[in-house]
Amino acid sequence: MVPLSWYMVLSLIVFCIGVFGFLSRKNIIIMLMSIELMLNAVNINLISMSHYLQDLRGQILAFFVIAVAAAEAAIGLAIVIALFRNKATAHVDEMNEMKG
Amino acid sequence: MGNMELQYYHVLIPLLPLLGFLVNILLGKEVTRYKAHWPAVLAVAGSWICSLASLRDVMAGKIIDADLYTWILSGSFKVSVGFLIDPLTAVMLMVVTTCAMLIHIYAVGYMHGDTGYYRFFAYLNLFTFCMLMLVMGNNFLQLYFGWEGVGLCSYFLIGYYFNKKSAADAGKKAFIVNRFGDFGFGIGVFMVFLTFGTLHYADVFPHVSSIVGKTVNFLGWNVDLPTLIALLLFCGAVGKSAQFPLHVWLPDAMEGPTPVSALIHAATMVTAGVFLVARCSPIFNLSEIAMNTVAIIGAITMFFAATIAITQNDIKRIIAFSTCSHLGYMFIACGMGAYAAGIFHLYTHAFFKALLFLAAGSVIHVVHTNDIQEMGGLRKYMPITYAVFVIAGLSAGGFPGLSGFFSKDEIIWSAYASHSSVGKFVWVLALAGAFFTPFYTFRLIFLTFHGKYRGAAHHEEAGLGSHGSAHVSGHDSGHESHGEHHFHESPKVMTIPLMLLAIGAVAAGWVGIPPILGGGGHFAEFLKPIVGHPEFHASHAEEWGVMALSTTIALIGLAMAAFLYLRKSDIPEKVSKKFSAVYDVLYHKYYVDELYNFLFIQPTLKLAGKVLVAITDGKMIEGVVNGVPGLIGKFSQKLRRFQTGTVHHYAIFMAAGAVFIIALAILLR
Repeated sequence: MVPLSWYMVLSLIVFCIGVFGFLSRKNIIIMLMSIELMLNAVNINLISMSHYLQDLRGQILAFFVIAVAAAEAAIGLAIVIALFRNKATAHVDEMNEMKG
Repeated sequence: MGNMELQYYHVLIPLLPLLGFLVNILLGKEVTRYKAHWPAVLAVAGSWICSLASLRDVMAGKIIDADLYTWILSGSFKVSVGFLIDPLTAVMLMVVTTCAMLIHIYAVGYMHGDTGYYRFFAYLNLFTFCMLMLVMGNNFLQLYFGWEGVGLCSYFLIGYYFNKKSAADAGKKAFIVNRFGDFGFGIGVFMVFLTFGTLHYADVFPHVSSIVGKTVNFLGWNVDLPTLIALLLFCGAVGKSAQFPLHVWLPDAMEGPTPVSALIHAATMVTAGVFLVARCSPIFNLSEIAMNTVAIIGAITMFFAATIAITQNDIKRIIAFSTCSHLGYMFIACGMGAYAAGIFHLYTHAFFKALLFLAAGSVIHVVHTNDIQEMGGLRKYMPITYAVFVIAGLSAGGFPGLSGFFSKDEIIWSAYASHSSVGKFVWVLALAGAFFTPFYTFRLIFLTFHGKYRGAAHHEEAGLGSHGSAHVSGHDSGHESHGEHHFHESPKVMTIPLMLLAIGAVAAGWVGIPPILGGGGHFAEFLKPIVGHPEFHASHAEEWGVMALSTTIALIGLAMAAFLYLRKSDIPEKVSKKFSAVYDVLYHKYYVDELYNFLFIQPTLKLAGKVLVAITDGKMIEGVVNGVPGLIGKFSQKLRRFQTGTVHHYAIFMAAGAVFIIALAILLR
């Protein structure tokens, strides 16, 4: 039996990798992937807690997160493609039209 | 006297002109346009007929005092819109509606083709409405409403040719000068409410005796309450009726079209002050100081304006000063307690003065100048205008048998018979006025209608200069460059009202022929229940003597005018040269305008420019108005640094924010 804390640590590590990736990489695709990592870290956390507490609500929430993540990936990639067609780049520093 | 229910025709009196106003102001531009006179004239004619019906009720001994609806209700303060029709109101109704009707008709000819035709009739109707509300109100607030309403219409109509600067300025001047008087009047109305707890005449006047001898602390002094109220109310009368020292607006008001001068600045609005004093006679009667003030102010204005009138050259200004002077006569009568005589003079004056103005308008309409030095010899071209002018002049000058004679004689007699020192002082001035009135009136007539035409050389520029482009008088525009032989009488729509008014100027006074001349003194008897009648103790011989004296003086004035301006027309110029100091003072109207300019206008402008514009407006208001956006702008300049456009910065802020909030949530749990 793997104790709960291991799952929690795994989830923390994956989340931190996601945050680090999102903040440090400039390629928009990789940033999207980092977001995906963070969401999945949350899923691991939810499911392990759900099992530990013997409560199905955590798993239901995890399904919602997966659905949102799928939608986010679809829209995010669509936006990236649209951006790429206009700017011929996937580099976020090039996208500063809204700068104040 | 019995009371009577309010009838529909009583309500129609003010309502019809209001309807006329609404029709013309709302539909004038598109629908009525050059037919704007139809609703206007019909409305006023209708209200004239209703006034006749009301006069019949009052003659039958009825008094109408009824509320139409509650206007303001706030705690114990209740004001209704209601009408009081008693003999005093009935007289005013007849004066207002008769003059208004004839002048409306006259204006159809005078304003013919003017671009603002509908606007003119709309304002004229609005004025008539306000004036009727003023005289018919049964409480002080309605009086005040009408009072301010006529002032507003006066402003509109003086500045009718608003693209002419002098007209716009004159309108402002009239409005601002009237503010001073109305300020006092407003406080007077407050004092009435404070004292009596109500503004309805019927609840105030029967109880005035309760305030005799009471004093009130006013600005730190203990003053006699009746005197204070009376003098404050009189402030309003001084402004509205152009009495010294607030007379300065009336001569300038002549910038308005002539029918306006005739209706507002001669026959009706300016006499509102006299009406006010007569209406409030129960209050005035309680205070000898107030009565003497009224008489003295009246006498000073009367003398002062009459002397100015003899040196002026603008045909309308001469008549305006004459109006000031006659209003002074009315106040003399009121100050002597002879309110009936004052109202009688108001009534006759309305006819002959409106006639003088309209006849002057007829002249101006034809020669296109206001300067009598550029007229002359018009008698043969304008026989009707000439005839009515002479009738009006004789009536104004107090020629025996005409309206003006009876009313003026009543006033001079009441001043003489009062046997007080103020009465004697006033009487002497009134006699002097009796000399000046025919003198300046006939100087005007002789210079305008007799002798040779003097304006040919200046005709063209005068026509353009003084009348301006604002007065587009279609069928007359061809005259600009022609000589005098093209002059012709004014159209019938103008001369018929002149002739009707001339009948009034001759015969209106016959209702008030005093008993000593075989008349019944009906006018004074009619008003006696409202304003009372002073007891004079003097013999018939004295009455005859005073009458003969004033008549002789008036005839001397007329003869002197004839001698100086018909026979020896070179003398006036020599006299003015020889006594140039006196002449200059009179010609410049005693330098009152200059004095006010120095004392009030310049300091006000300085205050406005140096303090208000520079400090209050420039530093304080603009400081706040510009400072707040400036501050926000500076703050935003700092804030915008955060808006780097780099996604990572936003993400860090977001993460840091999330951490911060969670930390807060944990720590504060």
